[in-house]
Amino acid sequence: MNNTTSKTIDLYFMDARSKLIDIAAFMDRVDRGDETDDFRYRAFMDALTCLNERNRAESVLLAFSDPTDEPINRAGTISACGAWPDKASR
Amino acid sequence: MRYIEPHAHMVSRTTDDYTALAVAGCKAVCEPAFWAGFDRSSAAGFRDYFCQLTEHEPNRAAKFGLRHFCWLCINPKEAEDLMLADDVLALIPEFLERDNVLGIGEIGLNKNSRNELTVLEKHIDLAARTNQLILVHTPHLEDKYKGTRLIIDLIAGDSRIDPGRVLIDHVEEHTAKMVLDAGFWGGITLYPESKCTAPRAIDILENFGLDRLWMNSACDWGVSVPLAVPYAALEMRRRGYGEKTIDTVFYENPVRFLSQCPNFSL
Ligand SMILES: [Zn+2]
Repeated sequence: MNNTTSKTIDLYFMDARSKLIDIAAFMDRVDRGDETDDFRYRAFMDALTCLNERNRAESVLLAFSDPTDEPINRAGTISACGAWPDKASR
Repeated sequence: MRYIEPHAHMVSRTTDDYTALAVAGCKAVCEPAFWAGFDRSSAAGFRDYFCQLTEHEPNRAAKFGLRHFCWLCINPKEAEDLMLADDVLALIPEFLERDNVLGIGEIGLNKNSRNELTVLEKHIDLAARTNQLILVHTPHLEDKYKGTRLIIDLIAGDSRIDPGRVLIDHVEEHTAKMVLDAGFWGGITLYPESKCTAPRAIDILENFGLDRLWMNSACDWGVSVPLAVPYAALEMRRRGYGEKTIDTVFYENPVRFLSQCPNFSL
């Protein structure tokens, strides 16, 4: 399947630019709030390095993912938060 | 355009949503059994829900000219309680006789726990014994990669199940390939924040081919967009795709998968 007529930059540059500025502002905000130690933010910073790789979307998703194989013992009540909490302790 | 909404929780939506779907070209809506946003207190709550999915909701959809189909199961979020799960599993066979039922779903995993896996295995066994199609929910966020791998291992390990009769839903860039490589169908869910945007969904089609993929809104009681599917079609037009490709993705593909169930007709 191929995208033949429209140019990716024409379609998506402004949207991506806006999201990038939002990310920059989010990082500034975390700095000001002195929350850079939060494990989710550390996972976020780690995921940013995936932008230098080839399959960036996949790499970012994997950076946030639980890479282990074993099922957990009980589901418990804590819901998913977007970053694997145990990553920080490894 | 014409399209199928292959995954929508219409019991949580308004009549305005039905009108919007019908006006946008939706021909049929398929509703998997899922978590209500709170835990039900007994199997009787599930019996009522299954009646709602097989009796009441099809009538509501028909008022807007829409066919309504459903999938039945106890969802993984309520599957931690094994006794409750067994009681609900025992209810399902009598409802499988009903004429809008497509199969067993949306089963799967939520937190990737041992009990969730046990209940998933029981659903797979029920589907194998009764020759039902299967619709699988994969976990959200950081749990999706691990959960998708556990699900694929479990289902691929049951020789009675033809992977071409199983759709694994909520795939993203890190799970689409393993689902398709194992012979399953994949569903891409267009959902604000926690799942996939339309541009990313189209990227997945471009990277992995459109043979065994569909898109759905999975609209429910949370923040979700009932028209996400036709919006994604609009995004494909912006990228230069023609109506024939769009019809393949949004109509022909879901019809091809769902027609494996004799109850599915338009
Ligand atoms: Zn759902």
